[in-house]
Amino acid sequence: MSAGDTTRGFTPGVTFPEYVPPVPPSSMHAAWQPSSASLAPGANNMPIPAFTRDEEMTAYKEMLLIRRFEEKAGQLYGMGFIGGFCHLYIGQEAVVVGLQMAGKKGDQVITTYRDHGHMLACGMDPKGVMAELTGRRGGYSRGKGGSMHMFSRDKQFFGGHGIVGASVPLGAGLAFANKYRGNDHVSFCYFGDGAVNQGQVYETFNMAELWKLPVIFVIENNRYAMGTSIERASATTNLSQRGLSFAIPGEQVDGMDVRAVNAAGDRVVKWVRAGNGPYILEMLTYRYRGHSMSDPAKYRTREEVDKVREERDPIERSRVRIMENRLASEDELKAIDKDIREVVNASAEFAQNDPEPDVAELYTDVLL
Amino acid sequence: MATQVLMPALSPTMEEGKLAKWLIKEGDVVKSGMVIAEIETDKATMEVEAVDEGRIGAILVPAGTEKVKVNTPIATILVDGETASTAAAAMAPKPAANGHAAPPVAMPMAPAPMPMPAVHTAPATPDWAPGTEMITQTMREALRDAMAEEMRRDADVLLMGEEVAQYQGAYKVSQNLLAEFGDKRVIDTPITEQGFAGIGVGAALAGLKPIVEFMTWNFGMQAIDQIINSAAKTLYMSGGQMGCAIVFRGPNGAAARVGAQHSQCYSSWYAHVPGLKVVCPSNPADAKGLMKAAIRDPNPVLVLENEMLYGMSGEVPKSADFVLPIGKARIARAGHHVTIVSFARGMMYALDAAKTLAAEGIEAEVIDLRSLRPIDWDCIIGSIKKTNRLVTVEEAWPTCSVGSEICAQAAIQAFDYLDAPPAKVSGADVPMPYAANLERLALPTAAQVVAAAKGVCYG
Repeated sequence: MSAGDTTRGFTPGVTFPEYVPPVPPSSMHAAWQPSSASLAPGANNMPIPAFTRDEEMTAYKEMLLIRRFEEKAGQLYGMGFIGGFCHLYIGQEAVVVGLQMAGKKGDQVITTYRDHGHMLACGMDPKGVMAELTGRRGGYSRGKGGSMHMFSRDKQFFGGHGIVGASVPLGAGLAFANKYRGNDHVSFCYFGDGAVNQGQVYETFNMAELWKLPVIFVIENNRYAMGTSIERASATTNLSQRGLSFAIPGEQVDGMDVRAVNAAGDRVVKWVRAGNGPYILEMLTYRYRGHSMSDPAKYRTREEVDKVREERDPIERSRVRIMENRLASEDELKAIDKDIREVVNASAEFAQNDPEPDVAELYTDVLL
Repeated sequence: MATQVLMPALSPTMEEGKLAKWLIKEGDVVKSGMVIAEIETDKATMEVEAVDEGRIGAILVPAGTEKVKVNTPIATILVDGETASTAAAAMAPKPAANGHAAPPVAMPMAPAPMPMPAVHTAPATPDWAPGTEMITQTMREALRDAMAEEMRRDADVLLMGEEVAQYQGAYKVSQNLLAEFGDKRVIDTPITEQGFAGIGVGAALAGLKPIVEFMTWNFGMQAIDQIINSAAKTLYMSGGQMGCAIVFRGPNGAAARVGAQHSQCYSSWYAHVPGLKVVCPSNPADAKGLMKAAIRDPNPVLVLENEMLYGMSGEVPKSADFVLPIGKARIARAGHHVTIVSFARGMMYALDAAKTLAAEGIEAEVIDLRSLRPIDWDCIIGSIKKTNRLVTVEEAWPTCSVGSEICAQAAIQAFDYLDAPPAKVSGADVPMPYAANLERLALPTAAQVVAAAKGVCYG
């Protein structure tokens, strides 16, 4: 039985009709049914629209910023500057970067606890994010939120939530507010392959479609809910179909290719913004690091991680395209890398030297 | 033998109603299930069906009669061969052999009527200016008017929940709101408390001011994660950026004869949580003033209403600007011998007890908390320092209850003033039983409050 077979658990030989998204924004991805466990390049055999030079370079820089930031956060954790839980986004950068390029100012973003990448992609200051990780007063939550709980009303980033699944109705609530106010903003509601089995996700799917809320449910399927692989946790593993019984269309996207993510995002954002209701984008992605810093990752092999990193890495693929298409020289890429390292180092410097919150902060911000 | 048609109880809490209309007349032949009359309660108009087949012998209560008690015979249905007069004779109480009247026949649908005060005791210190025009309304109407006034005042206020719109509210608290505000602002939800509570919180984080109704707070338990982890904590976790102006409301505490899963008081559960405000009105005026305050407040506020009090009538200031401060208790009755602290329906026992105690020369000071978070410690401790004696009254379970916290703070803050250990009157420490006699035993009584007050006064 192949992984990702949606008939798992049923009598062998019984076949189920192939899922067809009810109202896809375009037919481009309708026939694509890759195994969710397969990340082989070109699984969909579909042309991915090329980026312009600007798009390619922007995506590259954004992804690289997240990568370098997370590597630095990992270091600071090892040095004891960051406490508690710290969930790194390394490997998944293409997802949030490709989708942020599809949205516009005023669209809301909400996610669960693996949130540093989303904040940077929303344009939040790396210093403020890193200082929150170290629990300092210059952090986005003045040091009171930590890695999992950061927000920016200015950037319309609504967290940063530590309870798996609970941010999904919140994301639909943001979309509800858009519809109530009659604006054309959409809400990007990110969650993982673990959250997708929570009951409130389906309560939310039902109301989102019933009320035609402008929300894009982005399932970041990195194949492991903490240490449990998707095959061990989910009766059906094509998560893009999880809205089927509510008539929410969905599709799987190669989440390791920022162009594919952006192309799907462009189509879906347009469709959702036009008032057609919610849409599910299942991003097939992978995290290279453990679930959190304290995860020895014994549930998967080193070879599996290395293979994805070598063959599918979104940043490396972007770099190769840039070189092959002569969009930038080797020296220019080195200069970009250097600039990003400086930004990240400055954020780390700030985060280590910024003072802890004033003790008076203990009792502030409980109520307005 | 003729069948009596009795005034039916149409809800667990109904005690009386208006016989609005007869749809049949004497002599008509009826079949079981046929609609024969319409009855109005303060919640709704309901149809009465014939319980048997036969001919209508006599209509005993004319159409238009108000306040017909549950179980009053309203008509008779005759079987073949009977006439109205033979039936009347057959149904008269027969003297038993020992000379006593026959015991009453058990009536169908006869819940143990719960006491319902007609008017609430006027507060010792009114919260409105002398001369303010007052209207008499039920707590249900006061809550509805509070929501309607605030929805007129602020277009960001909306109401969502199960059956709030087309059905007019499971307990008719949202009556007529759909007609006035439309389905954009009065929204029926599917039965998915966790989901719609979360959508409400998300909308509040985006700046709207949702009122989320739980049909009862028992069902709100499905959504407790969203109330605590999302609504209460986000402001703090965001360093003050993400305010959440939301109201969660619905009936809390024991109803009548609905068993353990529908009868629970959540007062101490939510009073425990920083980041929330919790109010619990005991009368119509407070219900209106506190509900309006809750909607205007920029924080998550929980309004713990009480189904048993929805029908309570009382004087309410006729003013769209009547708003009560959250966090201030009310001295409902001044006294100097003993302090009785209570809230919500507990106030009925407390005030009843105070009356009895006064007749015996004990003047109780009765404090209605109104808010459980923040709680008005100045008022409570100030009163204890005056009376030197404390009794707490609540319907909730006794362990880690609001009463427990008040007793603890009395010991911590006013130990030297206490002349006797505080006494606590609470519900029984059991899941709510269904049987009428056991249910009565599981709830506090005024007599228990009287006994507790005497206990702390005389040792």
